[in-house]
Amino acid sequence: MIPRYQTILFIVLLVASVAMGGVLWHLRERAHQRLVAGQDSAPTQAPAVAPAEQATLVVANDDDNSLLRQAQSLPLPQDPGERARAILGRLLDLYAAPGSGHPVAGGANSVAQVFLLPVPAQNPEPGAESGNSNASSAMPGAGPKPAAPNPTDSVPSDTRPLLAVVNLTGAFAAGHPSGIETETLTVLSLCGTLHANLPRVTQVRFLVDGQTRATLAGHADLTRTYLATDDVAQP
Amino acid sequence: MRSIDSVPMRAPLMVALAAVVAAAGLRAGSVAAQQAPPAPPSRFVVVLDAAHGGDDPGGRLTGGLQEKAFTLALSVRLRSLLAARGIQVVTTRESDSTVDPNRRADIANHANAQACLSLHATESGSGVHLYASSLASAEPTRFAAFKTAQAAWVTRSLALAGVVNSSLLRAGLSVSLGRTALLAVDSMTCPAVAVEIAPKSPPDRATGSPPLADLDDPDYQAQIAEALAAALLEWRTEAREP
Repeated sequence: MIPRYQTILFIVLLVASVAMGGVLWHLRERAHQRLVAGQDSAPTQAPAVAPAEQATLVVANDDDNSLLRQAQSLPLPQDPGERARAILGRLLDLYAAPGSGHPVAGGANSVAQVFLLPVPAQNPEPGAESGNSNASSAMPGAGPKPAAPNPTDSVPSDTRPLLAVVNLTGAFAAGHPSGIETETLTVLSLCGTLHANLPRVTQVRFLVDGQTRATLAGHADLTRTYLATDDVAQP
Repeated sequence: MRSIDSVPMRAPLMVALAAVVAAAGLRAGSVAAQQAPPAPPSRFVVVLDAAHGGDDPGGRLTGGLQEKAFTLALSVRLRSLLAARGIQVVTTRESDSTVDPNRRADIANHANAQACLSLHATESGSGVHLYASSLASAEPTRFAAFKTAQAAWVTRSLALAGVVNSSLLRAGLSVSLGRTALLAVDSMTCPAVAVEIAPKSPPDRATGSPPLADLDDPDYQAQIAEALAAALLEWRTEAREP
């Protein structure tokens, strides 16, 4: 004869097991729905730890080969490098969104880092290829190199022109559509956006996974130093 | 005896002298004849650079078509059109082979061409995209850096882009002009323009309907090739004008 308390305990445990199974099933369904929703490549939200500020994005459009300025409000960190990365991330989120006029997959995570460095003493000619200069050697961690006196040394440090080194991810370059127009627009919109928000940035170089790369997706030359001027942002 | 012997000896001498004088006269006459008419037509060479090839397929186009195949087909078609009009054509590749950007520029530079067209194709945008080098214009120098050799030719390249633009517009095609950085073009020492062919009209992103005329449309390809050939003929005429 089974004691009464054991019967009650058994029934309680059985009900608890069934209830836990139901909860687990419900949680599994919710996780599944969340994963499915994640495939929409929804733009990543910047962490709202900083107050929202106005930023100017130079947005490309493949249909008319144009670059147009667009004001956006987003939280921006104080560190200039992180600030530049957040702004470029918002720009690439626009390109990754459905219905974009310049469709490029990847989104905000495509910009791994942005380094801001003083413009080297040996400035390239305007629009000219930068020769044998190696941007990766100027990245943090590389030792200081003996160099000729910099003509900008006499300029106050807060007004010196800056070189932005944008380190893109390999996945972004691999997934970028191939074509002169689309690649050129991507490069020019990144340069224009950097200069519009950080006017001291006058030159831009690109790395992919920390390495120099010949082209973005088969066309636009990534071995040269690009000049970021107001003209770049003109349509 | 002496006079008799000397006659046969003198005769060949006189004949030889007369021949030398006559030859000299003919030569002088031929020089004058060459100088009299206007200068012969200068050599006009066009370089067609079918982008990508071999291990480098380029972009993926409509229906699985690869950019390298499209550019090669356009290059062959354009070469035929130009040859039929008496224009000498040099191509950077004639088959599905890998050609380094530096090698492409090398071929163009050795051809001493009056026009260099780098042919590309894309699914992005619409119409024909014309690009000249974004290098700043520079004075020609005896020795130029290979990677920026185009700098001395940028002005002429922009003029060539203008002529091609006009011809494409006359053919009823939409055209966009721009400047960019391309490895092969930036090293060319000739008026050089990158021609990128896109679908005739952009796809409707709202409805997802395909473009009006796609890259695999033979009529569209023929229209572009004819317009490019007409542009190069016009460029030849302009190049010969004083």
